[in-house]
This record gives sequence, structure tokens and C-alpha cells, in this order.
Amino acid sequence: MRGNHVLAEAAVRAGCRFYFGYPITPQNEVPEYMSERLSKVEGGVFIQAESEVASIHMVIGASMTGGRAMTSSSGPGISLKQEGISFLSALELPAVIVNMSRGGPGLGNIAPAQSDYFQATRGGGHGDYRTIVLAPNSCQELANLTYGAFDLADKYRTPVVILGDGMLGQMMEPVELPPEVQIKKLPHKDWTLTGAKGRPSRFIRSLILDPFEEEEHNWKLMRKYERIIKEEVKWETAFADDAKLMVVAFGIAARIAKGAIKRMRDEGLKVGLIRPISLWPFPYKAIKELTKKVRHFFVFEMNMGQMIEDVKLAVEGNGEVHFYGRPGGIILTPLEISRVISSYYYQKRIG
Amino acid sequence: MKKVFSRPKSLKRIPFHYCPGCGHSLLHRIIGEVIDEMNLQDRIIGIPPAGCAVLAYFYFDIDMGEASHGRGAALATGMKRALPDRVVFTYQGDGDIAAIGTAETIHAASRGENFSTIFVNNGVYGMTGGQMAPTTILGQKTTTSPGGRKEKRDGLPINLSEMLAIAKGSAFIERTAVNSPANILRTKKAIAKAFRVQLEGYGFSLVEVLSPCPTNWKMEPVEACRWVDEVMAVHFPLGVLKDVTGDKKDDH
Amino acid sequence: MIEIDSELCKYCKLCISVCPHHLIESSDRMNQKGYYSAFFIEKQLKKEGRKCTGCSLCAIACPEIAIEVYRA
Repeated sequence: MRGNHVLAEAAVRAGCRFYFGYPITPQNEVPEYMSERLSKVEGGVFIQAESEVASIHMVIGASMTGGRAMTSSSGPGISLKQEGISFLSALELPAVIVNMSRGGPGLGNIAPAQSDYFQATRGGGHGDYRTIVLAPNSCQELANLTYGAFDLADKYRTPVVILGDGMLGQMMEPVELPPEVQIKKLPHKDWTLTGAKGRPSRFIRSLILDPFEEEEHNWKLMRKYERIIKEEVKWETAFADDAKLMVVAFGIAARIAKGAIKRMRDEGLKVGLIRPISLWPFPYKAIKELTKKVRHFFVFEMNMGQMIEDVKLAVEGNGEVHFYGRPGGIILTPLEISRVISSYYYQKRIG
Repeated sequence: MKKVFSRPKSLKRIPFHYCPGCGHSLLHRIIGEVIDEMNLQDRIIGIPPAGCAVLAYFYFDIDMGEASHGRGAALATGMKRALPDRVVFTYQGDGDIAAIGTAETIHAASRGENFSTIFVNNGVYGMTGGQMAPTTILGQKTTTSPGGRKEKRDGLPINLSEMLAIAKGSAFIERTAVNSPANILRTKKAIAKAFRVQLEGYGFSLVEVLSPCPTNWKMEPVEACRWVDEVMAVHFPLGVLKDVTGDKKDDH
Repeated sequence: MIEIDSELCKYCKLCISVCPHHLIESSDRMNQKGYYSAFFIEKQLKKEGRKCTGCSLCAIACPEIAIEVYRA
């Protein structure tokens, strides 16, 4: 199944009944799939909105009523959604936002890239907030992470970003799809706007004029983020046991890196891989642990150096962090990247 | 002696923060009365704007959800599609709906989204101190048009209701005012009709209400009400701009 | 007959301008907020015979919902 179709199907199976999107390459298959799929499911609502701005606000409206809502876009469109994402965080509303990144900045191109790491993890919108960011690297992971994102969003009342890229969206792989969720069996939400029948009226808002109250609201969000950091960090390691050089990569770059590492292992180089799956919360502790045995970290990203900042923060000066990146949508082959990593390995006399 | 006029039940007993003579206060009461009379309090959801009425949720005893500036129509779309049997309405000022929110409003109307919009037109950006708005009239002095709005620099005002009447999905568009008891009663009928149009599923409904802003117009309230009649209503004529229901009688 | 809650009144004078029998005037006392407030003068006019008909125009015009109207 194609990546974009996988994530759409997984979302519907997770109980997503509200999809509001807008065409932008390379995720056009998502609204196309949703327009078909949601018309066949009870209570399914699909709207091709007039802009990415409109679609994120429709997500806010649907989320306020308690529905599981999703939108998707690529870099330029996600930039447009930033105010909405800030609002979702402030209003403590669950939602899933999918970014299938492409070359940027500006209009860029439609080739896959990873240049939206900062946008996703640093939060391009205004104010002190974080969003959970998950970075799949295969169609199966796209399915699993998208499916789980709705539960995460509901559990913490926070938006969740799925950071994919054009390649992930277009590639076709066999997938085992998770089972359909029974919407009626989902946990009840006691904060939604549904018309004040049999209960006092309530309002959902983020304008808090009193600075003391606003400060408290910020601390409340902070405490929530602390809980998420404690419980939702996700990462994977490969070939790590006796590694002397750890490659750090996420998403599709990690997949390419894995192929490269297999080659290098065949030639006796002691290289391993750590792949963050949750980009926020970032696996700082896991990388710091590695610094006890490993002194060299090689960050490979398809951008000009974004995740490397988090890796440096994690390493805390206890090792050397090297960076190799290719922005603009260039996809290296495993052979090519293995040459780059090997040459660094030998230069640094790591073996 | 029988009490024939009192505060609507669906308004909380909280004094308004609005300026003396402000149209918002009147409109809040009018909407409260309509909600009471049509028994909508437990199935209505309102979306306040960014503007003086951003705190509307402190006054209406109904569910309300905040929208960012201009995006009320998109929020209402999401909400109404999610809960089609509730009444959803947005309450938006002229900057909210005709400047930043124009795209969302026109598209919601064109899609025939079945919610109601109450468009409060006072010709200025009130909350931020009286800047020029899309509905500021030529020659009207505001803080960003100190010598009066000039066609060459600032362009001409927007008649959004007329534009929305052209949209195929809009079902009921009326422009009224709240500058006199007669107009206030007319506004109440229009809002009730808009909610009825929504309940009967005809499509998008909108009531544009010419509203005095004594503070930013730098007039006394009574003078401001006169100005609505003598100047504003010339550029924004009152009346029904579109009605697909075919009801000739106001049976509210 | 009407009752004006002078504490809610912001002295916009709209009620004064719409009463067809001119039964509302400005009060000479300030309320807590510092507004002079409107004042129903029917009691003072018993001799002249001007009476409130309960038309409610004042209450309809009042933005602050400060007026309640009673009719016989």
C-alpha cells in the first residue's frame, strides 16, 4: 500500500471521522483517499477546505466537539497552520497533524526532505508550547504511529504531529493494518462543547487576560509536557552493542543509514544506529547513556543540520558530533552514505 | 402589574464591559432573547470573535468556543459538520469577517455550511483603538485614516453581505441595525429567522447588524445612533438581501 | 411602570431619547461606576397625568438591560 494511503486508512481505523485538508504535493493522496473513505463510513466528514489555514481551524472546531480530527499538508502548508497549532496547544485540544515534508524553504520542490524538523519540534507558532512529534520510517510505522497518535492526542489533550516526507508518502510496502476502533467504546470526554444540555454551560478559550492566571495556564501545560517527556519517548537502536561510532538519523534517512551500516559492518567497521522515533520528546537520555561507551556520533539528515542541535544537547560535550546532510530533496543511496561515514570513520581512526 | 420585560435567562447576571451605547450590549441581549424564546439554550454553540466581544462567553450562558481572528467560519464548519443537530453560530466583527476572515466566510457560504453568522458592522476596529476597517466609509476618520478614508490610498469599503448573497450556498442574508427600538426589534426577527433557516437546513445564514461604536466614532451614543441612519445606512442599505425560504411572513 | 437599576446604567441616554412620553430624565446622583444614570420621573408627574404605558421602548433601547417594565 502507498504510504499516504496507509496513514489515511490507519487514521480512519483509529476512529478519525473528521478530515479537513488541502491539496499540496506530496500528500495529495491523503485528501483523495479520505474523500472516498470517509464518505463510506458513518459520521465521516471530509472537506477540501479553501486553504490550509481554514483546514486547521476546521480541525479545531471538530475537536472542540469531541471528534477525532486530522489534517495533513507539507512544509509550506504547515507554516500556514502554525497559529492553529498554537491555539490547539493552548486550548488543550486533541488533533493529529501530518506533515509530509518536501524541499524548502519557500516553495522549494516536491522531492522528499527533512527540513521541517525545527518547524515540527520547536513549534513554529507563537507561545510556550510543544507538540508530540513522531517520525515514522516505513509504511508499517506510518500505520502504527498514526493509529496511536489519536490515543496520545486524546490522552494528553494535545496536538500530535506525524513528521513524514515525500518518499514515505509515495513508497509502496506491505502493511498490516491495525483493527478498527469502536468509536462508542472510546473514553468519554467531559470537556467538549456539545450544547449545554443537562449540565452547566462551558467555554473553551485561550485568552487569559490576567497575567497570574495566564502564568498558571503555562505551568499547567508545562506539567503536562513533563508527563509526556517521562512516558512517551520512543527510539530504536541497531548494531549498537559494540559500536564505536553511532549514526543518529530519523525517518527515511535512518532507513538509508541502516542499509549503509549493514555494508560497513560487513567490512568490519563498528558502526551502530540510534533512531529517534519521537522527535519530541527527544530521546536525550538514551543518547547520553550511549556516551558512556561511544565517543563519536555521526548525524545524518536530509537537511542543513537541525536534529544535530538536539544530539549535541544530549551528548553534553561528552563526545564528538559530526554532521552530514543533503538538503533540497536529494536522496542518497546507502552506498553513497556508507562511503561518507566510512571515510569519517577512518579519518578519526575509530577502528 | 405584570412584568413584561426583563433580562433573558440565557444571559448570565454579569454587567457588560462594553462602552455606554455599544451595539454589542444590545445584540447580546437580543440574541439571549431569541435563544430563550426558541428554547435553544441547551443545544446551541457560539463562537465569539477576536474583538471587543471576545469575552462574549462571560455573558452568554451557553457553550462557546474561541476562534482565532477571522477563522470563526472555519471553526463553525468543523463544529456543525461534527454536530449537525445543534445550532452553531459565529459572532464576528467587520475586521474579523471582512478582512482576515473573508476567505473562510465566502467559502463557508458557498459550500452552504448550515450555520448562522451574526456580523457586527461598526465600521472600525473597536478593541484595538479605532483603526480603519474594511467597512469604514470614504471620508470617515479613524486612527489609521486620520484625514478620512481616501479612495486612492485606502480603497473603497466592502459590502460583504451583498457579496455573500451572490454565493450559491447562502440561504438567508439580511442587513439590520440596532440604533433604534424599531431596528432592534427588526434585528431580533432577523436573527430568529437565521436560526430557523439553520434548523430547517436551508444553508448559510447571515445577519449584518449596523452597530454604533460611540467611543471610536467619538460621538455621544444618541448621536452615534443617528449617524447609523444618516450615513452608514446609505452605504450599507438595510433590508433582506437574500431569502431562499420563500417565507413572506415574519412569524416569530 | 418601569424600574431602572441605576447601578447598571452607563448614562448612554438612549432611553431618554426614545421615551414617547418623556418620562425619563438624567439623575443628579452618580452611581458607583461614576455615571449619572437615567431616572424615571413618573412619580413626580402625578399631577400632570402623564403616565407610563409600558410600551417598553426604553427597555428595548437600553444596552445594559437596566430597565424592567411592568404593565397593568
